[in-house]
Order: sequence, then C-alpha cells, then structure tokens
Amino acid sequence: MNKYTERIYNGVVKENPTFVMMLGMCPTLAVTSSAFNGFGMGMTTMVVLVMSNLVISLLRNVIPDRVRIPAYIVVVATLVTIVQLLLQAYIPVLNELLGIYIPLIVVNCIILGRAEAYAGKHSPVLSVMDGIGMGLGFTIGLTAIGVFREILGSGSVLGYQIIPEDYHISIFVMAPGAFFVLAMLTALQNKLKAPSATNTEEKKDCADCSACALSGNCTRMNSGKGGDE
Amino acid sequence: MTFHVSSSPHVRGVETTSRIMFDVVIALLPTTLWGIYWFGLNAFLVIVASVASAVLAEYLYEKLMKKKLTVRDGSAIVTGLLIGLNMPPEVPLWIPILGSFFAIIVVKQLYGGIGQNFMNPALAARCFLVISFAKYMTNFTVDAVSTATPLYVIKTGGEFDLLDMFIGRCGGTIGEVSALAILIGAAYLLVRRVISVRIPLSYILSFLVFELIFSGRGLDAEYYLAQIFGGGLMIGAWFMATDYVTSPITKVGQIVYGIIIGVLTGIFRIYGNSAEGVSFAIIITNLLVPFIEKFTQPVPFGMGRKQFSFEKKGGKA
Repeated sequence: MNKYTERIYNGVVKENPTFVMMLGMCPTLAVTSSAFNGFGMGMTTMVVLVMSNLVISLLRNVIPDRVRIPAYIVVVATLVTIVQLLLQAYIPVLNELLGIYIPLIVVNCIILGRAEAYAGKHSPVLSVMDGIGMGLGFTIGLTAIGVFREILGSGSVLGYQIIPEDYHISIFVMAPGAFFVLAMLTALQNKLKAPSATNTEEKKDCADCSACALSGNCTRMNSGKGGDE
Repeated sequence: MTFHVSSSPHVRGVETTSRIMFDVVIALLPTTLWGIYWFGLNAFLVIVASVASAVLAEYLYEKLMKKKLTVRDGSAIVTGLLIGLNMPPEVPLWIPILGSFFAIIVVKQLYGGIGQNFMNPALAARCFLVISFAKYMTNFTVDAVSTATPLYVIKTGGEFDLLDMFIGRCGGTIGEVSALAILIGAAYLLVRRVISVRIPLSYILSFLVFELIFSGRGLDAEYYLAQIFGGGLMIGAWFMATDYVTSPITKVGQIVYGIIIGVLTGIFRIYGNSAEGVSFAIIITNLLVPFIEKFTQPVPFGMGRKQFSFEKKGGKA
C-alpha cells in the first residue's frame, strides 16, 4: 500500500469518521432516514471535503497560523455555497431533501477537522486523497445507517416497499432510531474488531495460552515463550 | 469455640431480589385478573406473550453473550408483566413480544443487566411502541367496540362516570383501568415494605397541586379524582415510578423525584396533544435520578456542611 492508497484505507476503515471518530454527528443523525438521503449527504460532504482539502493545502504556506481557523471557514463556506448552488441547479430533489443541512456542512467538524489535522500540513495531492478517503468513509457510514433505518422504519429498500405498512417501526425514521442504529453499527464494528484507530490490540502478559481468548490466533503462540516481549 | 473472620456486612436482610420480584408479581395480580376478566381472552394472551417473551429474551441474550443467567430472579417476569399490562387489550400479539425484546435487550441488558438500566425497561418499551405503532397502541376496545379512554373523554369535554373509572369498567390499557385493583396491590406492597409511600404520594400530590393551579377547572373535585384514577397514573405511581433501579435511594431524593414526575405528568396531560403523559414523565425523570441523588446525598453526622460538587473526590464518585 503506497502513501496515497493508505489515505483512502485510513479514511474508510481505520479512522472512519462515522463509526470510529464519531465526527459530523449532526448530519449523521438528522438526514439518514433513508439510504438515498444518507448517500446524498455523504457525497455532498465528500465534494466539499476534497475541494476544501485541496484549497487549504495549497494555501497552507500563505495562511498565517494565528488566523487559520477563520481562514479555513471562509474557504469552506465559499465551497459550500458553490455546491449548494450547483445542487439547486442540477439536483433539486437532493437539495430539497437535505434542506438546511447543506449550509450546515460549513460547520461540519469532519471538514474543519481534516483541514486542521491534515490538509494544513501536507501536500495537495495527499490532501485530496485524504479528502476522498474521509468522504468515502463518511458516505459509507451514512448510507449504512440510512439502509437500516429505511428498512426498519419505512419498510423499503431504496424506495421500493418490501414490508407492509402495518409492520413499520416508525421510531426508526425519527431521531431515536438514528441513535439506535448508529450505536448498533458502532458496536458491531467494535465486536468484529475491524482495524481502527480506537481498536488497537491489547498487549497482555499471557502466561498460559490455553486460558487465553485469542488461543489459536495469537501471533506470539509459536514463539514458545508465551508473550515475553 | 471457633472464630469466624469476615468483612462487613455481618448481618444480612432476608430480602432477596427474587423475593421482592415475587411480591411485586403478587401485588400486580389483582389488576391483571381484573384486566383479563374485563377485556377477555386477548388480554390474557397479551400478558402471557409479553411475560414469556421477556423471560425468553433475557435467557437468549445471557446465553448468547455467555453471561450469568439471571432469569431465576424474576425481574424479567415483572418487566414482561408490566409491558403486558401497558398494552391495549386488542393489540396484535407481535407488538408486546417486540416490546419485551426491546425492553430486555436494548434497555436492560445492553446497559449491563439487572440493576444497571437507567430507565424503566417496561416504560421505555411502551414509549417505543407508542411512537412506532400509534395505530395499534391507541386503539382501545371494550367488548369489541372501540371506546375512548376516560382521560380522552375528559380532555374533549365529555361525560364520565367516576365510580366506573375507580372500579375499572372503562377503556384503557389492560392493567391501568381499575384503580381499585391497583390500590389493593399497592397496599400489599406497602404492608410487605417493598415500597414506601414517599414516591407515589409525592407524585400524586404534586400532580394534584399542578392540576389545581393550571387546569383551570376551579374546585371541580370530580375532575381531579378522574385525573388521578384515570389513565396510567395509578399503576405508574405505585408500580413503575417505584422501580428500585431507576428511582433515587435517598429519602429526600425520592420526594423530589415524585414531585418532578407529578409536574411533568401535569404538563403533558394539560398542554400535551395526547390525553396521557405518565409513561413519558416517568422515563424522563428516570434520566434525572443520578443528579437528584447527587444533590440529596445525606451528610454523615459530624461532617459539617454539605458541599456539593460534580468533581470526583478520589475513587468512584
């Protein structure tokens, strides 16, 4: 994995903004009532994120350190305005579905977070890759939440009804359902021990391999010393 | 002569979780039996389904997660029974079953099982179901005829019969209709000292005061009695608000807790869209319990003035 694809892997899996970093919770909880909404929000954010990372990375030697946050906000706000106007012109459906949450992308902490943590310190190409990775991770997260909420809450998959009206658990299209699904998916991600920044393997002193939960899969088992590192 | 060396406590009470839960089940029997008598076979099936599925949910979860089985302590039976009593009589059986699984797995077990849940599982399940399936959960029937609950009748300015409401000859959920049967069960719990009157009494009194001030009904005694005996207030005050896990342990705290529930119930009933508000009032107040306990912690004798702070003072605060 070279350093460019590494950024994508990092954004989608290791530091997934939704399930690992818990960033951008406002759109995550508010607009994921269906898979399409989640996907649309994720893609919109991704476009803004890629462009803002690029611009901020290009300007990183121009922006004085002390006023960097206002400068970042100006850049992001400009980009969000452009994206919103584009949406109004070409995808009015999405614009109406996402409503107020498009202007709110300005204060989305993923975008400011990546600007502060990455784009402000790295080269433009790497920053763009980072934006793509983070944006993809965010889109995947939002779409996954949207899929579950849509199936449970309105009984449909991408708008096609598969469960009769009477059995819709409508709490899932409301705010509490968003919390339920987010928590469950995050728990699942932790349970499956998907590689992530918060899921690092614990280093234990294991004297007895037979009593260990990892038994059989432990990398230290073959050394014959039982974890004496 | 032998000396036993052990750490405190040296004297143990005879109350065990299973005995308390058994007492609660006995206390719920009058209202359960009245509900089955008044509403008929489906009410019985709803209660059986909710109790059985609550126990099954607890068993399955603990088995799958390889935790210690706590099915025998009876807490799942009480939760299931309360869910059943909170259902309208003609509800399809899969709704209480879904509610029981939600209560046991999401509200109780995910937070660590018995004693760890921050919200009354039965009421959380009821609210979950009311929000999700409003059509089924607000369809109250008596003898296969749709009827309005007394509270709804009062809210819309209709006539009501106070004696029928007290005995339970009216529409409502299976377990809430008969104030008389609930009071019999409550008396049993009081005699057995399973609950104290602090929470129910402060709840009912504060609710009454709130209604007196804000309902605009003057001194219409019939209206106030109907508000107290109607809907879920009685079963809520005596059986749900007094849940050990989700109510404060300090005496002052219990009174504060009762007052907050009373005021919230009043707000929901007078200003809310729906005629009922007990379940939401109780689960919202459940969330405040840690703070109530923090504010009302008694000061050990001789330790000077109470000093309140949110800071952790060494160890577990």
